[in-house]
Amino acid sequence: MTEEVLNVRGLTGVDLTLRIAGPGTRSYAFLIDWQIRLLGALAWLLIALLLRRVPALSSAAAARDVMRVGWALALLTYFLYHPVLEVLMHGSTPGKRKAGARIVTLEGATPGTGALLIRNVFRLIDCLPLVYLVGLVSCIVTARRVRLGDLAAGTVLVLDERSAGESLARLGEQIERTGLSAEALQLIRDLLDRWEGLSDARRTRLAEELLAKLEPQPPAGAAAPGGAVLRGRLEALLERRARS
Amino acid sequence: MSAEPGPDERIWIRRQAPQWRALAAESAAAPGRSRATVDEALRTLRTYRALSRHLASARQIVPDSVLVSSLAQTSAALHAAVSRPPRLTRARWARLFWDDIPAAARSVALPALWLAALLVGSALAGWWLIDTYPELVSLIASPQMIDGVEHGHLWTYQVLNIAPPALLSARIFSNNVVVTLGAFCFGILFGLGAFYMIAINGLMLGGLLAFTHQHGLGLGLLEFTLAHGPVELSTMCLAAAAGTALGEAVIRPGELSRSDALRCRTAELSPLLLACALLLLGSGLIEGFLSPRPQISIPVRLVVGLGYWALAMLWLSGRLVRRPARRMDPSGEASFP
Repeated sequence: MTEEVLNVRGLTGVDLTLRIAGPGTRSYAFLIDWQIRLLGALAWLLIALLLRRVPALSSAAAARDVMRVGWALALLTYFLYHPVLEVLMHGSTPGKRKAGARIVTLEGATPGTGALLIRNVFRLIDCLPLVYLVGLVSCIVTARRVRLGDLAAGTVLVLDERSAGESLARLGEQIERTGLSAEALQLIRDLLDRWEGLSDARRTRLAEELLAKLEPQPPAGAAAPGGAVLRGRLEALLERRARS
Repeated sequence: MSAEPGPDERIWIRRQAPQWRALAAESAAAPGRSRATVDEALRTLRTYRALSRHLASARQIVPDSVLVSSLAQTSAALHAAVSRPPRLTRARWARLFWDDIPAAARSVALPALWLAALLVGSALAGWWLIDTYPELVSLIASPQMIDGVEHGHLWTYQVLNIAPPALLSARIFSNNVVVTLGAFCFGILFGLGAFYMIAINGLMLGGLLAFTHQHGLGLGLLEFTLAHGPVELSTMCLAAAAGTALGEAVIRPGELSRSDALRCRTAELSPLLLACALLLLGSGLIEGFLSPRPQISIPVRLVVGLGYWALAMLWLSGRLVRRPARRMDPSGEASFP
């Protein structure tokens, strides 16, 4: 299946590619956010119920006022969760962070307050007739996987590559330390990560191919090829290159 | 998988690799800064340019590689941070209030008048309907409201006994905002949603007036709505007109694609929603604190209602504050002195 991407022109003229988050990522983020705001709203009601037990607030009028305030805060928490947090967190929410997604404009920029509020106003339609059916159908049928609110506000939900910087730093560091190419490093790391999940024959073949390319002359005293031995040689190769 | 890089490519990669850790560190730090100093901003921009340079070179030297993918993702994350819109300054707020909102209101003035006519027409239809078939009032009023009116009491003057004015205002405001936002959003359905919202509200208004009139309380209801009604109804018509403009953008997008036309029209009209919310906040306060008090006389209500409406119309037409004409700065951007 082709990956859905948003191509944008960077400020320096270099093209950038952002991976679009699909309905699955959206639903996952929404479910997390929904649980948080529901718990937040319930917490206010619980606090109000507990406050009613305080002797100073136990009169009928005071108890009624406490419950009214509790309800008001619960409703505010529930309904303003998305607009407020998206504005404060520059196009993200705890749910979106957990799902690894963030909102950007069609130019790949962080959206402004106006666009974020507009996409939230249109939840009035997107949530119809129930459980965001209109929004979900819209996500499925549109090219950029957006709901009506995003269409109106000109925003897109993309995958947030937060670990990209970390990965680049690690790549640079290891290339610097080991002298191996980025591809070779990645291949060794991938193979070691997946070692336990691969069959013995397969991991032996992959390790032999890699070592034949990277280390044509095996170190003196290397044992006959075997699963554990090959793994040890790969780890040693990384370590040795790093030391040298 | 790309081919293994040649000797020249290896040299390039090894030469650049030491910089990547610093670039990645700055890329990770930049998005989290809510207020960057000039030095930080310049450092971020230098990082952005360096990353773009590295990315462009890597695409040439080792295309489709892990390195290209890492550089591209880091660049994209930094791009979002670098392109973050600036904070709203006082000048921007002033422009929003005194230029953008009146401009948006003027652009939908004619449809708003048509929708006001639709509101009046459907109110007349509602009056006729309840006047002819009084039993249908149960469709638009709750049993408590019907019971109260049949016993000679308007529900409007009893609300203060149920909730304090502040809470009442908040409830009325939130209810009105939902109706107004609904009229705007449902306009996206080729304008039909906005027409429906106005027609149904007109029907209910006319029907309730007819019902209270039948029991000798019609004037009482008019008296109640005098102070807050004009702005409330005008705001609803304005929001619905903005909604029909969205519908028109979908039906007749012109030279743009439908989604682009919708996006542009929404961006033009969105300041109007802020104006509607503020006006409804005012009428919610009037409805919560002033309208339910029977001791406030009709002339006072009339002055408040018409005065507030005139003020709103002056603001929306751009006549409330005279602003200096825009002048163009050397970059071609319109700006204010």
